[in-house]
Amino acid sequence: MTYSKLNYVGLSAFILLAACASKPPTTNSANTGAGSRSTEAAALPPAAATNQGAGQGGNQGANSGLYGNNYGAGQNAANPYAGQVLATLGDRVFFATDAYNLSEEARATLSRQAAWLNGNPNSRLLVAGNCDERGTREYNLALGARRANSVKDFLVSLGVNANRIETVSYGKERPIDDRPNESGWAINRNSHSMPIN
Amino acid sequence: MKIKLGSLFSQLTIFMWVALSLLPFSSALAQAPAQRMVVDVTEGHRRPMPIAIADFAGPNGANIAQVVREDLERSGLFTVQNPQSFAGRIPDVNVTPRFTDWRAISTEALVIGRGSQTEERLRVEFRLWDIYGQSQLLGLEFSSSDVNWRRIAHKVADAIYGRLTGKTGMFDSRVIFVSETGPRTNRIKRLAVMDQDGANPSFLTDGDEQILNPRFSTSGQQVVYTSLGQRGLKLWVLDIPTGRREAVTGLGNMVFAPRFSRDGQSLIFSSDRDGNTDIMTKNLRTGQVRRLTDNPAIDTSPDFSPDSSRVVFTSDRSGNPQIYKMNAQGTGVARISFGSGRYSTPVWSPDGTMVAFTKQAGGQFHIGVMNSDGSNERILASSYLVEGPSFAPNGRVIVFQREEGPGASPSIWTVDVSGANLRKVSIGVSGSDPAWSPMLE
Repeated sequence: MTYSKLNYVGLSAFILLAACASKPPTTNSANTGAGSRSTEAAALPPAAATNQGAGQGGNQGANSGLYGNNYGAGQNAANPYAGQVLATLGDRVFFATDAYNLSEEARATLSRQAAWLNGNPNSRLLVAGNCDERGTREYNLALGARRANSVKDFLVSLGVNANRIETVSYGKERPIDDRPNESGWAINRNSHSMPIN
Repeated sequence: MKIKLGSLFSQLTIFMWVALSLLPFSSALAQAPAQRMVVDVTEGHRRPMPIAIADFAGPNGANIAQVVREDLERSGLFTVQNPQSFAGRIPDVNVTPRFTDWRAISTEALVIGRGSQTEERLRVEFRLWDIYGQSQLLGLEFSSSDVNWRRIAHKVADAIYGRLTGKTGMFDSRVIFVSETGPRTNRIKRLAVMDQDGANPSFLTDGDEQILNPRFSTSGQQVVYTSLGQRGLKLWVLDIPTGRREAVTGLGNMVFAPRFSRDGQSLIFSSDRDGNTDIMTKNLRTGQVRRLTDNPAIDTSPDFSPDSSRVVFTSDRSGNPQIYKMNAQGTGVARISFGSGRYSTPVWSPDGTMVAFTKQAGGQFHIGVMNSDGSNERILASSYLVEGPSFAPNGRVIVFQREEGPGASPSIWTVDVSGANLRKVSIGVSGSDPAWSPMLE
């Protein structure tokens, strides 16, 4: 087929599921944002998703995932159980604006991740750094890489072999909270740990 | 499902143009000083020149004239007369107009044109008249396949703009960008291209990967971009004539912010290793990779100067992101941005005299320009989010991404380097990361 004209793709059947497994370091977590789309399904348990890369012209609409997006769905689908365990332990840690140092709460979360990794020596982790939208795209890719690497360094310091941890940055491309305010940004400044094969 | 590109640009390279001879009557009156008709492009607030563009005779004539009108109007340098005001008294393209008739509608310039078609070949001739000087300023004929009628119209507009401003036009060019669909938390980001006026938008990728920051090569024949997948960022070079794309390999899984060198032989980009992002180059012919910066800070968004001797880039080595310059070998690093705020995404103007940038200050984002030594900073546009300036091939307009307010969809805007003439490009879809092509052949 030849390249297609742009058409506005309607996403009428879009279902947004969200769950907040770990609190960001603000008093205003996603759960307090009454009326926000991303909070409507906050009580639902994390669900492994399987519709990664729905073909025909991009996203087909249906969507689920740990955080209301399906970016990580492919890998979690490969190991849904591990993904759920990690989510229960806390698979995201949060950062201050333009920072990549780990808070006490982040260290506690990562200590639980390290314990799980040490108890499951065949497991591997993909650590993805994320940023809020208040930076340029390219700078935020670099900042997200710093965040992912902070997490990796800390896990390694707790005895996890560095070869078991892969890092990546999603910059500001994969926000999990769509509120364009400080509450949403705080949630989007995170590092997400996902089991991979 | 892969989208095949086909020959997107190659079919368009069969333009011919010839100069029309002066009409006998007009040559007798051609003593009017040319300066009279020069439009000053340096100050956008100057009075725009009134110009009348009659519907062209022949196939697609009204559409061609309308594209010319819209191009000239969008430049901010012309007031295009309402064609209703002179309907019914349009002379043939080969007849000298009665200048007194046209003075009556207060126009200073007049364009009369005609198209004719032989099988699939469209021939468009036109003349540009100086109403007060009573002389022909331009007479040209373009011909191409009839599917290219919009491009013919853009070439007509470029010729008029060039004759009346003394500067190179910009209308027969394209913008590569990223089409964004879906909610913020699940964005589909596809590579797309459109004419500079927003017409003919086409997808170039299918949406399986998120596409970031595409850029044209100097020849306009290739596009380099970054794709973001779950396991990392990868660079691709898309060859426009063949539609073939090739991954740039051997650079790890965290490479981004690519631009071509001016000769098209190398890429400059940033690469992250263990949380440290530096600037590197790769020669696409030899495969040789070179590191240009080696600093624990973030170094990203590099851009070669037009003469390829220097590189401008973003670094946070001072504590927050600022703009730096260095030699193309990575030596002689010097900071050039010193205003209050955070500076990023610097790009050189085509003539090398200016650098455009994104700035964050006062809770807003701004697009600005400064001289390439960092002096004379001027802000051109501000919003909740503006980002990623790219110069038009003639250096007079900047295209960038803008979100008008919190939560708004990204859209593509242009502004003159003078700061005047802020406009949204009408595409009908959300778009980000625009980059202007060179002039098409």
